[in-house]
Amino acid sequence: MTDPTFTGMDELYRDFILDHYRNPRNSGTLENPDASFEDINPLCGDKIRMDLKLKDGVVTDVKFKGRGCAISQASASLLTEQIKGKTLEEINKIGKEDVLENVGINISAARLKCALLGLKVLKSALALKYLDEPS
Amino acid sequence: MSAILQAHGLSDADVERIRQDFPILNERPHGHKLVFLDSAASSQKPIQVIDAMDDYYRRYHANIHRGVYHISELATEAYEEARASVARFIGTPCAAECIFVRNATEGLNLVAYSWGRTNIKAGDAILVTEMEHHSNLVPWQVLAQQTGATLRFVKVTEDGRLDLRDLDALLDGAKLFAFTAVSNTLGTINPVKELAARARAAGAISVVDACQAVPRMPVDVVDWGADFIAFSAHKMLGPTGIGILWGRKELLDAMPPFLTGGGMIGIVEMTHSTYADVPARFEAGTPAIAEAVGLAAAVRYLEAVGMDRIHQYEMYLAEYALKRLAEVPAVTVYGPSLEHRTGVISMTVGDIHAHDLASILDSEGVCVRAGHHCNQPLMEKLGVPATARASFYLYNTKAEVDALISAIEKAKRIFKIA
Ligand SMILES: Cc1ncc(COP(=O)(O)O)c(C=O)c1O
Repeated sequence: MTDPTFTGMDELYRDFILDHYRNPRNSGTLENPDASFEDINPLCGDKIRMDLKLKDGVVTDVKFKGRGCAISQASASLLTEQIKGKTLEEINKIGKEDVLENVGINISAARLKCALLGLKVLKSALALKYLDEPS
Repeated sequence: MSAILQAHGLSDADVERIRQDFPILNERPHGHKLVFLDSAASSQKPIQVIDAMDDYYRRYHANIHRGVYHISELATEAYEEARASVARFIGTPCAAECIFVRNATEGLNLVAYSWGRTNIKAGDAILVTEMEHHSNLVPWQVLAQQTGATLRFVKVTEDGRLDLRDLDALLDGAKLFAFTAVSNTLGTINPVKELAARARAAGAISVVDACQAVPRMPVDVVDWGADFIAFSAHKMLGPTGIGILWGRKELLDAMPPFLTGGGMIGIVEMTHSTYADVPARFEAGTPAIAEAVGLAAAVRYLEAVGMDRIHQYEMYLAEYALKRLAEVPAVTVYGPSLEHRTGVISMTVGDIHAHDLASILDSEGVCVRAGHHCNQPLMEKLGVPATARASFYLYNTKAEVDALISAIEKAKRIFKIA
């Protein structure tokens, strides 16, 4: 994009983000999921639910359902693509930096919560399943 | 509508002078002029308010009421003068009817706890509306839960107005009717006088959330005829941390305290105490003295400009904004037509989530609120997860409406919306 007024925002809302926002991957719910969690970002009402199927410590299927801003929905969609076929150990290592890398930019503090909501839901779902307390 | 157009309320020169009083308008977020369109959440402050508070802290800060020394007397006088200013501003001859609280939310809770728990019984009905801010909904939910009363709702019509067709039936058996004077989400202006009169005729007290009304239109509590009204200083050029609960003296006089401790007592013995008269009975602890001083300065400022003119000017900006927004494809504006609304405009743009829209507007220096505006049930009803809300005040300009429109155009370009 050549319009100089786009500085910053065009980097944030790149084509693949808009694509994941409008065509979320792994969208929907799973029947009898092995792990599931839903959470909201009360600030803006963003909502994400994630369902997971696991076999021998490996994520065999994942679906998510949500509503909210492009950042929260796209980053959740990207995350679901990233974790399919991954072991719990590998998923445990996914952190904030990885999500930001997925999204591809450094976002402002006000929007960080949006970007990280999917990861939070994922970790909570797995923690509920495998630990006593959600992390 | 043309009548509104003819009466701008404030001339360009007036507004330019007003803008000089607001230091924050010189800020340049992201290198852009600050276009502040979020006054419904909290207004900016003129230098007169900032200076009055500064002067208080520099020259006469001391705790009030019990000090016999000079500066404590000055502080006490300033605090009580602030009460008198507010009383004059909302048209009550009785300053003691104005109780200083932390904000409107606390004022509404005061009524719910003190009047509510004394007067509401199991089986009574409490009537609210579907367009209430959470602050004028949750206290009544809690009151209903704790007393066994039932909550009833006045519905909101498709175009964002109160559906008053079954009001008499809803009021039948109701002890309290709580409603907002102006919706903070849809901008709807409600007929307070009529609603208060009908509540009274049905034997219910009326509690008016005046948060969005007092800052933007002339309010006369005698004319309104309600029983309680609550509003916050920070939305009317004043500081955060202080709000007002106005109540009819005879109701306040009969109410037990809400918070207890110093400042609100008559005689204290080890096991019991008597309580001070109104308003002190409802002002436990050291109050927000500097904030009261700032609020008084805000009231003087608004009075000097004139609430009639402020309201006219805001309507003028609202009309212009609605006209411009209507010209932008993919913009949906919520709420009623101009004659029933004020300069609080909720919108969505295509499939852009309100948060994304607000982020992009922010990158152009345009501040709007995004979200559910503490109005979740109403948003559910509208069927939108969140809206972006622009609200106007006396320091905004037509050029700022234009800036809003071009920032919306930018958001549409980024999201590739035709
Ligand atoms: C209509 C309405 N009621 C109540 C409130 C709550 O005001 P405060 O947070 O100052 O108590 C607001 C402010 O957002 C409002 O707009």
